[in-house]
Amino acid sequence: MELHAHHLHYREVNQWLRRCSQDGIHHVTLHGIRGQRYIGTGLNNSLRIHIHGTAGNDLGAFMNGGEIIVYGNAQDGVGNTMNAGRIIIHGHAGDVVAHSMRGGTIYVRDDVGYRAGIHMKAWGDNPPLVIIGGTARDFLGEYMAGGTLIVLGLHDPSAPLVGSYVGTGMHGGVIYLRGTIAPYQYGKEAGLQPLTPDDWEYLQRTLAPFCEEFGFDLEAVLDHTFCKLVPLSRRPYGRLYEGAVGAVSNHS
Amino acid sequence: MKNFLPSDFLVHIGPECILCGRCVRECSFGVLEQKEGRIIAHHARCVACQRCVVFCPRSAIAILPHPSTSRHNAYWTPEQRRALLRQAQTGAILLAGAGNDQPYLSIWDHLLLDASQVTNPSIDPLREPMELVTFIGRKPDHLEIVPDENGELRLATELPPQLKLDTPIIFGAMSLGAVNLRVHKILAEAARRAGTYFNCGEGGLHEELYPYGQNTIVQVASGRFGVHQRYLDAAAAIEIKIGQGAKPGIGGHLAGEKVTEEIARTRMIPPGTDAISPAPHHDIYSIEDLAQLIYALKEATNYSKPVGVKIAAVHHVAAIATGAARAGADFLTIDGFRGGTGAAPLVIRNHVGLPLEIALAAVDDRLREEGIRHQVSIIASGGIRSSADVIKAIALGADAVSICTAALIALGCTLCQACYTGRCAWGLTTQDPELIKRLDIDEGVERVQNLLRAWTLEIKEVMGALGINAIESLRGNRERLRSIGLDVHTQEVLGVRPAGM
Ligand code: SF4
Ligand code: SF4
Repeated sequence: MELHAHHLHYREVNQWLRRCSQDGIHHVTLHGIRGQRYIGTGLNNSLRIHIHGTAGNDLGAFMNGGEIIVYGNAQDGVGNTMNAGRIIIHGHAGDVVAHSMRGGTIYVRDDVGYRAGIHMKAWGDNPPLVIIGGTARDFLGEYMAGGTLIVLGLHDPSAPLVGSYVGTGMHGGVIYLRGTIAPYQYGKEAGLQPLTPDDWEYLQRTLAPFCEEFGFDLEAVLDHTFCKLVPLSRRPYGRLYEGAVGAVSNHS
Repeated sequence: MKNFLPSDFLVHIGPECILCGRCVRECSFGVLEQKEGRIIAHHARCVACQRCVVFCPRSAIAILPHPSTSRHNAYWTPEQRRALLRQAQTGAILLAGAGNDQPYLSIWDHLLLDASQVTNPSIDPLREPMELVTFIGRKPDHLEIVPDENGELRLATELPPQLKLDTPIIFGAMSLGAVNLRVHKILAEAARRAGTYFNCGEGGLHEELYPYGQNTIVQVASGRFGVHQRYLDAAAAIEIKIGQGAKPGIGGHLAGEKVTEEIARTRMIPPGTDAISPAPHHDIYSIEDLAQLIYALKEATNYSKPVGVKIAAVHHVAAIATGAARAGADFLTIDGFRGGTGAAPLVIRNHVGLPLEIALAAVDDRLREEGIRHQVSIIASGGIRSSADVIKAIALGADAVSICTAALIALGCTLCQACYTGRCAWGLTTQDPELIKRLDIDEGVERVQNLLRAWTLEIKEVMGALGINAIESLRGNRERLRSIGLDVHTQEVLGVRPAGM
């Protein structure tokens, strides 16, 4: 099924999508998307949505299955609080990609804005995965509590791979960067670790479908230094607080 | 380091003691010990939760303010010195549970209700129907009524989704984690029986509570814990939590020790990790961003249920409230500074925010001035103690109130403020299976249901005295309030005239 949506409000686009999924349709294509928000929000089944144009904010928010493929760029909030499913963006994505994402996969071919993967979590056997082909700005993986973020910087070798405050308040999950990161760029709750053979095996396995999707050469992608950021503690703020009543801890 | 902290309380065990050891078993703070034929008390640990007092079969125990005193100083109060000493010993931010306990003015207690005499007679609520049903949700700008083919009139306007409350009291947000599953079960069941709602708070909705979905308001907070499509679908309404009266402007940390298997499953995070709710939502930095989340939730639930916003009462609460209303909120929960918490930094709890009474009047005024009061319902929350507070809140401009601390007190809470320790002796704000067992679900439901019943009857009683037979006639009806002992400016903000005028 196809829909020419350039003149439609997001409510109409989503109503149409809901009808399609109720009718048991598996593939739909939206043409002429011009920043309509919330496309595929709460998508809950096996629907596969192809989007031509620029997807608006909160693409696939609360998404719980299915697949969204954007041929173009996406704006802010891609995969906000996403639970399952897959979002693939043949282009750039804006700020707050994968905010509080708990499961599923997001591929962005090019760059993302600020706060990508912020407060990502992990739950059950479907931990979230976000792969960014280009670069990411500040606050990448801030408050990260689970899942995997990978930033590859494949396009412009002179562009900074990530900004500052990477992994600030991180208390779970892992960030892989294709390249290096200076200590001032990441938060004190995160720490660098050398990659183990398991990491390389994981990267190979995980990046293969990504490279295939966008036509990158997997070997060339892997033939590079990578670094790995992990949380130093699952309880970064354990010593911040103390009770005000009762002798709860015994300091004598 | 030597502990310089003096004891707050003295556990006095009288000669009636028969050494049964019950108090030792009841105390969850490790105060009492049975040794060499007597009960020994480690006074310094006592939080005055009263558990031992209530359960001593001989009423032998009394908890006294510690009689040891230092030179009186009205400025350097024992409380100030105690906090300071504790910080000198730990270097940490001090935490406290329950609500702001400082002696700020309680405006409720300076407001008096009117009653009918002679003209406009009072109504007898025992004989005459009293309408307490309240609808929470956006009301249309106008109603269009058209005749159908048979000439019968029918409503042509499509009404936005509403919550129907049989009594204008709901149970406010307390997350699973702050309280335990039994508390949630009690509130959910009591809400169902009373025809009202319970708010599951920001820690997700436990699987066993999904059957109560139609009596549940679910929260979406900055941590987005347990938020997924089924959660949104199950609920009767959704509340975006921006702030909390007990700790405006800051987030929350549920300590890893409290993230048990059950809580982890409901929050959808690994057990044992800190559950961090950041201070702001990472996707909300403006009213436009708030609108975006409101509409994301409406889209996700196909415009089938009200989506509201909870904000703490702070200095510019009226401006924030109208922004939220214009952003599409169907209801606003205004949480005053007396609101409770499982844990808040003491400095925030005691010094930040506004009294609910002030905030309520300011918000109601502002929405009326802008002509959008009908677009949004107001739920007043934070320190509602009695049916009188409920009535005054409604007269100041609320559609309904929400209660948390009051419900916990009904279940045994003694306001000992030790919630953040996870050792609540009354089995409320603890995840310890042994302590949880102290809370009997059936009895708890009965207590809370009784409380709602009593307050509802009292509200009707007062309405009768006011000569009002529908609660909506009381809403924002400040003409029926008078102030006593308030300064002129406070009266002006409240829009209430002094007694005698
Ligand atoms: S903490 Fe509670 S139970 Fe323990 S001694 Fe004090 S009042 Fe009694
Ligand atoms: S809930 Fe429990 S710990 Fe908290 S104040 Fe009440 S009795 Fe004390």
